[in-house]
Amino acid sequence: MSMTASLALTLPELILSIGGMLLLMVAAFGGDGLARAIGWGAVALFGAAAFSLTGPAGSGGPGFDGLYIADSFAAFAKLLVYIAAAVSVMIAPGFFARAGGYRAEYPILILFSAVGMGMMVSAGDLLTLYVGLELQSLSAYVLAGFLRRDTRSAEAALKYFVLGALASGILLYGISLLYGFTGTTLFAGISDSLARGIGTGQMFGLVFVLAGLAFKISAVPFHMWTPDVYEGAPTPVTAFFASAPKVAAMALLMRVTVEAMGSATDAWRQIVIFAALASTILGGVAAIGQSNFKRLLAYSSINNVGFALFGLAAGTAEGVAATLTYLAVYVAMTLGSFICALQMRDGEGQPIETIASLSGLSRRRPALAAGFAIFMFSLAGIPPLFGFWPKFLVFDALVRAGFWPLAMVGIATSVIGAFYYLKIVKTIYFDEPAADYAPQGSPLEAGLIALAALAVSPLGYLAIPLLDATSMAAARSLF
Amino acid sequence: MGFPILSLMIALPLAAALACLFAGDKAARWLALAATTINLVLGILLWTRYEIGGPQWQFTENAALFGRFAWALGIDGIALLLIVLSVFLMPICILASWEAIEKRVPEYMAAFLLMETLMIGVFAAQDLFLFYIFFEAGLIPMYLIIGIWGGADRIYASYKFFLYTLLGSVLMLIAMLWMANEAGTTFIPALMAYDFPASAQTWLFLAFFASFAVKMPMWPVHTWLPDAHVQAPTAGSVILAGVLLKMGGYGFVRFSLPMFPIASAELMWLVMGLSMVAIVVTSLIALVQEDMKKLIAYSSVAHMAFVTIGLFAFNRQGIEGALMVMLGHGLVSGALFLCVGVIYDRMHSREISRYGGLANNMPKYALLFLLFTMASVGLPGTSNFVGEFLSLIGAYEISSWVAFVATTGVILGAAYMLYLYARIAYGSARTAEASAMADLTPRELLILVPIALATLWMGVYPESFLSPMRNDVGAVLARLAPAAPHSDAQVFVGKTATPAAPHSSLPSEAHH
Repeated sequence: MSMTASLALTLPELILSIGGMLLLMVAAFGGDGLARAIGWGAVALFGAAAFSLTGPAGSGGPGFDGLYIADSFAAFAKLLVYIAAAVSVMIAPGFFARAGGYRAEYPILILFSAVGMGMMVSAGDLLTLYVGLELQSLSAYVLAGFLRRDTRSAEAALKYFVLGALASGILLYGISLLYGFTGTTLFAGISDSLARGIGTGQMFGLVFVLAGLAFKISAVPFHMWTPDVYEGAPTPVTAFFASAPKVAAMALLMRVTVEAMGSATDAWRQIVIFAALASTILGGVAAIGQSNFKRLLAYSSINNVGFALFGLAAGTAEGVAATLTYLAVYVAMTLGSFICALQMRDGEGQPIETIASLSGLSRRRPALAAGFAIFMFSLAGIPPLFGFWPKFLVFDALVRAGFWPLAMVGIATSVIGAFYYLKIVKTIYFDEPAADYAPQGSPLEAGLIALAALAVSPLGYLAIPLLDATSMAAARSLF
Repeated sequence: MGFPILSLMIALPLAAALACLFAGDKAARWLALAATTINLVLGILLWTRYEIGGPQWQFTENAALFGRFAWALGIDGIALLLIVLSVFLMPICILASWEAIEKRVPEYMAAFLLMETLMIGVFAAQDLFLFYIFFEAGLIPMYLIIGIWGGADRIYASYKFFLYTLLGSVLMLIAMLWMANEAGTTFIPALMAYDFPASAQTWLFLAFFASFAVKMPMWPVHTWLPDAHVQAPTAGSVILAGVLLKMGGYGFVRFSLPMFPIASAELMWLVMGLSMVAIVVTSLIALVQEDMKKLIAYSSVAHMAFVTIGLFAFNRQGIEGALMVMLGHGLVSGALFLCVGVIYDRMHSREISRYGGLANNMPKYALLFLLFTMASVGLPGTSNFVGEFLSLIGAYEISSWVAFVATTGVILGAAYMLYLYARIAYGSARTAEASAMADLTPRELLILVPIALATLWMGVYPESFLSPMRNDVGAVLARLAPAAPHSDAQVFVGKTATPAAPHSSLPSEAHH
């Protein structure tokens, strides 16, 4: 394949990196006054990148001698990443206008992070994977500390960086082991080598790689950083962390397990099953005692990652498709919840994060309360809200693959999770109104909440045929 | 086929619910009443247009909207009558809440209308997963109804209700996934005819049992019910007792029995044992209650045990009796909760000891309350007599011990209900407020009299209710026949009788 053809496959990344660099120049010479315009520029770039997926970048196959793969799986994940990243850019100015400290670098950092995520989901080689991961992570560390005068934000950034670096180290160690024992870093080559049998060296490499990736998706037992970072980082950044990088890392994990380690499914399946069960249980139990809404959402994301992993544990195309659908619905639910969290402000407009402040919200802001309720019930997976459907699919995949006892245990853990989502609904609807609440926020945020709520409402079921077809096509491109 | 009347009945309350959210208090009340009344008219239309002895599934609709599962609706006689029961109780619930609910009226009406949509959906769904979605979705409005408009301890009750029933249902979902995978279809009539492997049936049965037993509720997983009933507003209790509990029984007759006949026969004694314990234990518990609503809630558990006993008797009398108990209990327990609501609205106390002598100052109330008390006891001429009698006959055919234990429930039922009535209506008023309470208002009469008439109709001429279900019960029996357990009754006719027909036919065969 010629260089031009290969470059055409990376069109979304090209658009985002070149556009990002141009915007950086604009920011450097134009100053922070242009920050909002740069934000919209970034959103436009995401739109263009998403549109470019309709071309060869969405289905062109491997490029650069297999280092980079542009298949429909990558396209599905990239689309989700771009949507989540664009929303994170859109909701930022409103937040920083109140908190102060909005600078033009914010959308640009998200752009570069999205480039990294694009590389992650398209990686066909352990080194592409690593470079993409680091590009994403480094941008994310800076974003976590974006409110540099706020000690919590700085603490979050430091924690994220130290633990993230540790995870990268673990991952790199795993990569070097796999390279040492298989003689290649290409996924296809590793798969061939593993098919000939797994020795202790390969097994260690596999475990370390999965441990490094588990950190990135914040699956138990590598989740410890999540609540602190989610709580400390500025809320739009937290919304970003909970959506786009999660999708990218999950997609990456799926690609590595299926493409590189597909011949050793039994070896990684037990790890995935353990992480899934531990995440759903711990994500559910630990959330019960939380009093900070962002921390609660952090545990909720751990819990959801657990359910998404159940699909992967099935190890079949149906399972991967189910996990992809899970991610799509999860992005809508989690972004919606975080934009709702952005509306949590007291009478003077100061942001508040305690769950207790939501008391009686249904009397003061009925529409916002309904939004919260929809997202909470949806996250809990209660039909007829659409959050039920991805849970249905992952357990369906498990049952089809013959793991029905695991499905029984897994679905029972969802009841634990339901408890704390119900707690939010209870606070909003059953309790007496507490302190004053800020009036309606910006129409943009209200519109985004309405859009996300509509997507997870029962109307979402009408999208099932489309979601089924695209996620299945995406999953098949891995097998 | 024809006009999508079922879809309309599902969509109408939903649309009204959305409209209610944007309406004022008064408009929301009238809107809810109008929507539920129209649905009642549609329900009656459904009943009159239902062709008895016609095809098993009528008013069918099928649209493959959702890829994996379809918007498939259709009803048989059993579903028909449960839908009629639901739409009959709904306007009554709205009227019962007319004055009792003062805060957040639009949301309240919206929650009830949503509830109606979901209840009709449960009974009309012909697709496994559509059924599950409707079945499970009912938790949300009920959670809100109990939690927002309930009594003092409402939050604990709402959590308990939600989590208990959720845990039961999620296990059923896994079983459903397995079934859909095994049979390759999600269409309920097809699944009802599918023979699942005997080894799997036990597991599937238990998973469904976990859900339906909680919903029913059966002893010992009934503990959510007294809490939920006591804390829910009056109309919430009516819907809970009247319709939501019937979903458990409906589940047994629609899923457990026809889909897993072998497991049903194997585990018959589990069901029978729990039901026998339930009848005796919960009746005794009801006897010592000081709280009226709690007493009626425990009596519901006892009555529901008659349903399970009848269903698992594996014969026509038992199943028809069980279905009649479901319908009768839906009316009578609903009416009893309404009766409690009437005096609760006046005095804001559910304690039996605060009342007394109501027959003196509330004669109309005392009369209607007496009728419903008698119906609950199972007096001949009322709805519950037919059902309980039939299910006891059915139980006697399969095991005289079960019938013996269950019949004590009738006696205990008479004891606790008559004791309740005597303490409330007879003697002299224990408190000054009780003696000053006014008799029923026209609105309250309008609520209670239709139920009283329906109760008598069902007791005097049960054929109207039995005939639509007859063929459907026959279909269930046909599925059960190969697995039906043997009866312990040794019936001989005449003195020189030969024990069974096949033996006597042998000699006559030889002559041919």
